[in-house]
Order: sequence, then structure tokens, then C-alpha cells
Amino acid sequence: MSEIPGDLKFLKSHEWARVEDDGLVRVGISDHAQGQLGDLVYVELPEIGASVQAGHGVAVVESVKAASDIYSPVSGEIVAVNEALNDKPETINEDAFGDGWIFLVRASDRGELNELLDADAYAELVENEDH
Amino acid sequence: MTEKTVLNDTHRALGARMVDFGGWDMPINYGSQIEEHHVVRRDAGMFDVSHMTVVDLHGPRTREFLRHLLANSVDKLKVHGKALYSCMLNEQGGVIDDLIVYFLGEEFFRLVVNASTREKDLAWIEAQAKAFGVQVKERPDFAMIAVQGPNARAKVIALLAEVDHERIGKLGKFAAAAAQGPHGMPLFVARTGYTGEDGFEIIVPQEHAVALWQALAAAGVAPAGLGARDTLRLEAGMNLYGQDMDETVSPWEANLGWTIALDEGRDFIGRKALEAQKAEGVKRVMVGLVLDDKGVLRHGQPVLTAHGAGEILSGSFAPTLNKAVAFARIPAGEPGDVRVDIRGREVPVRVVKYPFVRDGKPCEGI
Repeated sequence: MSEIPGDLKFLKSHEWARVEDDGLVRVGISDHAQGQLGDLVYVELPEIGASVQAGHGVAVVESVKAASDIYSPVSGEIVAVNEALNDKPETINEDAFGDGWIFLVRASDRGELNELLDADAYAELVENEDH
Repeated sequence: MTEKTVLNDTHRALGARMVDFGGWDMPINYGSQIEEHHVVRRDAGMFDVSHMTVVDLHGPRTREFLRHLLANSVDKLKVHGKALYSCMLNEQGGVIDDLIVYFLGEEFFRLVVNASTREKDLAWIEAQAKAFGVQVKERPDFAMIAVQGPNARAKVIALLAEVDHERIGKLGKFAAAAAQGPHGMPLFVARTGYTGEDGFEIIVPQEHAVALWQALAAAGVAPAGLGARDTLRLEAGMNLYGQDMDETVSPWEANLGWTIALDEGRDFIGRKALEAQKAEGVKRVMVGLVLDDKGVLRHGQPVLTAHGAGEILSGSFAPTLNKAVAFARIPAGEPGDVRVDIRGREVPVRVVKYPFVRDGKPCEGI
């Protein structure tokens, strides 16, 4: 399993959030999650401009095995989606923390980020799940 | 208690992702399910299917017993080693299990039944066998490895004793024979499978299974998990017990009419119910669906037709076709424009004749 980048925050449901330099919050799923799901074959992306609420389903990723809801770690407005996933959903398998990002949110309350797990706490969660 | 096949440590050493499959700890993939799928379509892959149940039947009245037990007719089995696919029904015509029966001698037939139905199958078979004085013997001492793909047979044959090469090379489809494997191990080699590709299913004494697996790996046969096995069999149009049919479904409703032999005067279990259903008209049919749009068809999704709603049985992304396909059970009659409800969205699908894929290629009209 690859290193968990220290600048990421996590939901227990395995989504990561990264605050970019412009203050926007980029969201994807963890490397652990993509490994559990297996080969991804389809990603249902949200609409740009849609308003989202923290902890609510925003996107769906489908592997050969199953469909999984992706929850937004923060409330706000979708300002961009990773269109490249339409043709290459497997990018999430290959680079979950980088090129496999899913959507970008303009957060309405950055304070919500404080409620997320930091990288160490997430690593511990994954560790416990594996045993 | 989770059961393990004799190859469990081998799978773990290969880094397999293990899952519970009907009470068995089995490999779902060894990295990428899609790559494993493709290797079987293009070259050769192997599956540990040792969780499946081998049952040997002995006794002078074994053929007579099987005429009664099975919906397909064992009288089609005339040559030693020949195999037959059949359903085993209850009195209501519902499917208790689907299985393969091998004719190994007038007093010796072998069944291979599903793992998930092992206990009820054995209980049913034993109960029915009593009246015929047939001995029912489970063979937990066997492991089973399926080697499938366009190059599968050649790779297996190269591992057999020289003297067996020609005979096993000529083995017909749906036939089996004994052969000598690496280090002289005794094998039962059947030209059968669950992928839509050519290949063998090999029954091997447990103590030789790891050595056989390793010899196959050294010969360039790639390990493949149950995930790939599921997408391969779906593309090949093969039913999965418990998902595509069960005891509440008759073979007519599971597109298995071709396995029912209504031969003159044979009183098999479920026959009366099947004949009544046929006379009355079968109310539900099983069809193939293709989704040309993006998305994935899944078990349990509602299917909307002109005659009412049905439901998806097996559904998945099909790696060979790069789109989703499914089996669905829907009300009989011209279905009209068919749609599937995917998370509240009605998505149009095409109703097709399946198999979807055969011998590595998409079938016509898919």
C-alpha cells in the first residue's frame, strides 16, 4: 500500500480532501479504498455548480464488483470534476491520491475540515480494518 | 467456520485478495480482475475450484437412479468419460442445483455440484439414492483446478506423461479421461469449463494440487480469481446457481429448457410440474441485456417492460465488451422498449440473445 500523503484529511468512508493553494477543496478516494473496490469501470461525476453537503453522496464509483457512493467531506459548490475519469476510470486505481481525484468543491464552511481524520488517524483506521 | 482449499497458502503467497465465498476463503483476484479476465480470453488462466463438491455414485442401478434424479437424460451418455450438464429438480420443478455428471462405467458415475449447495445436495441425493441401492460418496480428498483459455489445453498437455499427449489431445468437448500429470500424479482431465473458452477442468488428489498448480504456473498459466470467473461465465451466457435460478425457479424460466429431456416414459423428479408449466405457458422468461450507455447493470436492479417489471439476476461490467451486460427475468411476451432503473434513473437497454462472448470474441448482435 502506498504512503498516505500527510496533507490530506479523510472521512471514515475513505474519501480524502486536500485544500489547494487557491482554497478550493479537492476530493478523491484513498488508495486503500480503490484496492478494496478492485478495477474501476465507471465513475458518475456530479454536475458542475451543484451544491453539496458534507457527508452526503455526491458521486458514484463502480468497480467490476460493486457500486459505491462517494460522500463530500465538506459542504459547498462543485466547481470542477475530473472529466478524464469518463474515459479512464482506472486512473483512480493507478493514482488514487493524485490524477485520480474526483471533484473540486468551493467550501462554504472550511471549519468542517477540522472534523475530518488526519493522515495518521486514517492510517490507524485502515490498519484496524485489515485485522 | 470458514473452509479452506489445499491451495489457500498458495493464493496468499501470490498476494491474492481473499473473500468469503459460500463459506470458503477464496481468492477474488490476484491484483487485477480485468487483467485476469483478459488472460483467459487471450491465453490461459487457472482457477482453484476445489471448493466444488465431487460426489461418486456406485451401484448396478446407478444409471436408473440418475434417470430419476436428473432433468436431463443420462441415456445421452453412451461413451465412457462423456459428461452431461443437468439440473436436479424438486417435485415443484424448482432447481435444487445444476451439475455435471460424468459416465465412468455402467456402475460408476461422478457428479460435480456447487459448493454453496453442498449440504442440501448431498442430503437430497442420499435420500433419493436409497430406493436404488446406490452408494453416494463425497470425495473431499480431491482438489480441482480449471485451466481455461485458447492456449490452455496445449499448456496442460505439455505437462502430462508423453504417453497421454495424443489421447488427451484428442479428448472431445464435454468428455473426460484419466491421465498422468507431473511427477506421475494421477489426474482426471475433463474438457469442460465455465468461461466460454476451451480448456480443462482437472480433478487431482489434494496432496498433489500444489505441485500441479506450480507446474501450471511455470508453464505460463496465470492465476485467476473468482471475480474473473464470474465475468467470464456471464459473458459466456452461463447461469450461476443462487443468482440466476434457485428452488423457486424452473429451468423454463432460467433459459435452461435445452437441458430438459422429456424423453418417453422417463419419470424424473419435477417432470409433472414442468409439463404442467409448459402446457399452461411459462409466465417469466430469462433474457440477456446490453447497456450501450455508460453505467453498470447490477443484481437486483428493476427492469421495466411493456408487460410489467422484472429484475436483473447476474449483471456486471463485461471486460471483453467494455460495457455492461446482464441476465434478467422478465414477464413473458414482447417486452417493448426495455429500461433498467439504475439508482432512480431509467436507462434504456437492448434485449439480446446470449451468449455475449464465445471463444474470445463478441457474438453477433452484441
